[in-house]
Amino acid sequence: MTEIIKTKSLTFSYPPDEGKEPIPALKEIDLSVEQGSFVVVLGHNGSGKSTLAKHMNAVLLPGGGKVWVSGMDTTDENLLVEVRRQVGMVFQNPDNQIVANVVEEDVAFGPENLGVPTEEIQRRVAVALKAVGMEEFTLHAPHHLSGGQKQRIAIAGVIAMEPACIVLDESTAMLDPLGRRDVLDTVRHLNREKGITILLITHHMEEAATADRVVVMDDGRIVMDGAPGEVLVRVEELRKIGLAAPHTVELLYGLRQDGFDVPLDALDIRTCADVIMTSLNK
Amino acid sequence: MKPIIRVENLTHTYGVGTPFCRSAVKDVNMEILEGEFLGIIGHTGSGKSTLIQHLNGLLKPTAGRILLEGRDIWAEPKKIRNVRFHVGLVFQYPEYQLFEETVYKDIAFGPRNMGLDEGEVDRRVRAALAFSGLKEDLLDKSPFDLSGGQKRRVAIAGVIAMEPEVLILDEPSAGLDPAGRRSMLENIRNYHQERGTAVVMVSHSMDEVAENVDRIVVMANAGVVMSGAPHEVFSRAQELIDVGLNVPQVTQVAMELKRRGLGIDPAVYTVDDLRAALSTLKGGRG
Amino acid sequence: MLKDITLGQYFPGNSLAHRLDPRTKILLTVLYIVILFCARWFVSYSLVILLLLIGIKVSGVAPKALVRGLKPIVFIICFTAVLNLFYTPGEIIASFWIFKVTKEGIVTAFFMVLRITMLIMGTFLLTYTTSPISLTDGLESLLGPLKRIKVPVHELAMIMSIALRMIPTLIEETDKIMSAQKARGADFESGSLFQRARALVPILIPLFISAFRRADELAVAMECRCYRGGEGRTKLHVLHYQPRDYLVLLTYTVLLAGVLVLARFGL
Repeated sequence: MTEIIKTKSLTFSYPPDEGKEPIPALKEIDLSVEQGSFVVVLGHNGSGKSTLAKHMNAVLLPGGGKVWVSGMDTTDENLLVEVRRQVGMVFQNPDNQIVANVVEEDVAFGPENLGVPTEEIQRRVAVALKAVGMEEFTLHAPHHLSGGQKQRIAIAGVIAMEPACIVLDESTAMLDPLGRRDVLDTVRHLNREKGITILLITHHMEEAATADRVVVMDDGRIVMDGAPGEVLVRVEELRKIGLAAPHTVELLYGLRQDGFDVPLDALDIRTCADVIMTSLNK
Repeated sequence: MKPIIRVENLTHTYGVGTPFCRSAVKDVNMEILEGEFLGIIGHTGSGKSTLIQHLNGLLKPTAGRILLEGRDIWAEPKKIRNVRFHVGLVFQYPEYQLFEETVYKDIAFGPRNMGLDEGEVDRRVRAALAFSGLKEDLLDKSPFDLSGGQKRRVAIAGVIAMEPEVLILDEPSAGLDPAGRRSMLENIRNYHQERGTAVVMVSHSMDEVAENVDRIVVMANAGVVMSGAPHEVFSRAQELIDVGLNVPQVTQVAMELKRRGLGIDPAVYTVDDLRAALSTLKGGRG
Repeated sequence: MLKDITLGQYFPGNSLAHRLDPRTKILLTVLYIVILFCARWFVSYSLVILLLLIGIKVSGVAPKALVRGLKPIVFIICFTAVLNLFYTPGEIIASFWIFKVTKEGIVTAFFMVLRITMLIMGTFLLTYTTSPISLTDGLESLLGPLKRIKVPVHELAMIMSIALRMIPTLIEETDKIMSAQKARGADFESGSLFQRARALVPILIPLFISAFRRADELAVAMECRCYRGGEGRTKLHVLHYQPRDYLVLLTYTVLLAGVLVLARFGL
């Protein structure tokens, strides 16, 4: 397996208020992300998940330990541009990451900064907009688009840099269910069709169900790490750290207490109904 | 129960006479009953934001009327400000409207605009703070030093302090994590129970609405498409899905079970209810 | 509502005016203004009006939109008109109290109103048919030579384009904050001038805080997309002068000469 991102004993503290001790936001994080995987990072506000995300492309630099992107040390200033090209970042507020007044110009912003030749930029912009399903909006003004559409433009802007990995730092938090679904479908498609590694930071549990891997953070540490079927079923532990298991799992968990013989890891609606039926017909 | 607010044939058209002209709400009729907890559901662009801004007179109807306790709120346009003290509106992401030096002053902004004396202002500020789940030691702090969740609570307290007969909250839990969402909703529920005044919660989360409100109004394409108790609304789950809304996960599971031939009411919407229904079924079989 | 302000807005389209090189359009606007200020009397003004009408025609912009754009400056126009009307010395036609209306005053006021209106309409044509991005591209390219004397041309262009990008967002935000404060009983419409100015505090403070937050986040987002200043940057659209650009520029220069001649003869 090839690792796209690797951290070793990553520690980080924000500068404290005057006269106060720094409180570490990340404590000894060891994480490696496999090329081409779809990883969801869960955690409540203040768990450190956004701080971790910002280390993935050198927006923040480690206070202790190391972060490598495709083997490149993120503290090496000579590699900074290449690190940021390889790991693209999409943020929470769609309005605060769109630079240009026209969709195509915004998507072109990254490649322009990289010095990509004009014809190649034009090709990439077209490809990127198609990949996020926004090609009919090429000449639109971004402020007339919906939140979900703006986020897809932001994703296209990252795609145009031809990255190996996209980090979505709570990019669905401000969206309505439709917008959220569009963004998730888009990144899932990019992961499957283009093999782009996806690191999705969120506190929406439903978004974790279809990931390859779920990493749960609490108090600056990784407290759970595994397949969704392994992590999302730990009902009590999730509750304890301010998260909640998906309702399907909650239901199965309750039914088990009532004497049903059902597994907990039936995450989607159909499987959940299936296992309940099987148990009832026993 | 009698209605406190009645919306009659409300239409609002933006940008009349420009190429961008469109009706955000069209011929809407609905009412808010005294003391009820009402949920308004609809996706972005369904007209729900436009509707609620009419309820306290921030927007003026293009056609139709808004009746507050039976009186047209636009009968005397000069007194429209008074309507806003009776119908409190908390916008989405209200934490971005804080501006005062201290939490106290910010919460007192509304009551002072009402022209109340300082003793009454003080009483209201403290009561509102308690309702929104904050401690008194925050009162002298700058609102900008608080955490995101606390800021939002201060902003909500600023509207509660006007002691409105109707409190409208637009997406009060947007952007909060599960624990934050849970405690925010708990505070709103407690407020509703203790004050006994009407609360309207606008949301696009079906789960959230289903678990909290007495009655649901569903909006789509600039109009009201459904209204009734949660149980009635979710018994028409397919129609909800058709207008692009999600139904609660639990309801979806129940629908799947029904499709598989199980004799179960698919209009359940909480984990506990479905669990109970299934356990009863099992008991009957075993 | 604030959103209705069309000042400096871009109307997407594909007319000849839209397709001209932005540098051409900027130069044309400059030439147009020079011509306008050289015009003296009805003949030369008619020529400028004709120029404006042709501009409106080929840009495909609705004349209504142009007129609407004038709204915010109606006051300035009226003020200038009144000032000229009463304070131009000459042959007195009517007088009352301390005001004297002169024949010259009427003429000057008339031409002044005409001039300001046409000035605004002409520049609006530029912003209506040129996207802010190509406008800044055009300016950056035209001002390019100044880089040699250490003028930060790229940075200025970037600042301008981001400002233009953020205007609609901030206008929307102002609307939202205003509504939120109104919902808490804020009153922006009555009271003395001082009270009204004070009433703006609850809008301005949240607006400033939010603008700073946005600027902060935007800066990080730009860095994440490998922005390192103007050095080594390429462009999605490279500006190329087309034959039509030369043609239009030439026509305008000839017209300028024509108006200068007419003006010399006092026409």
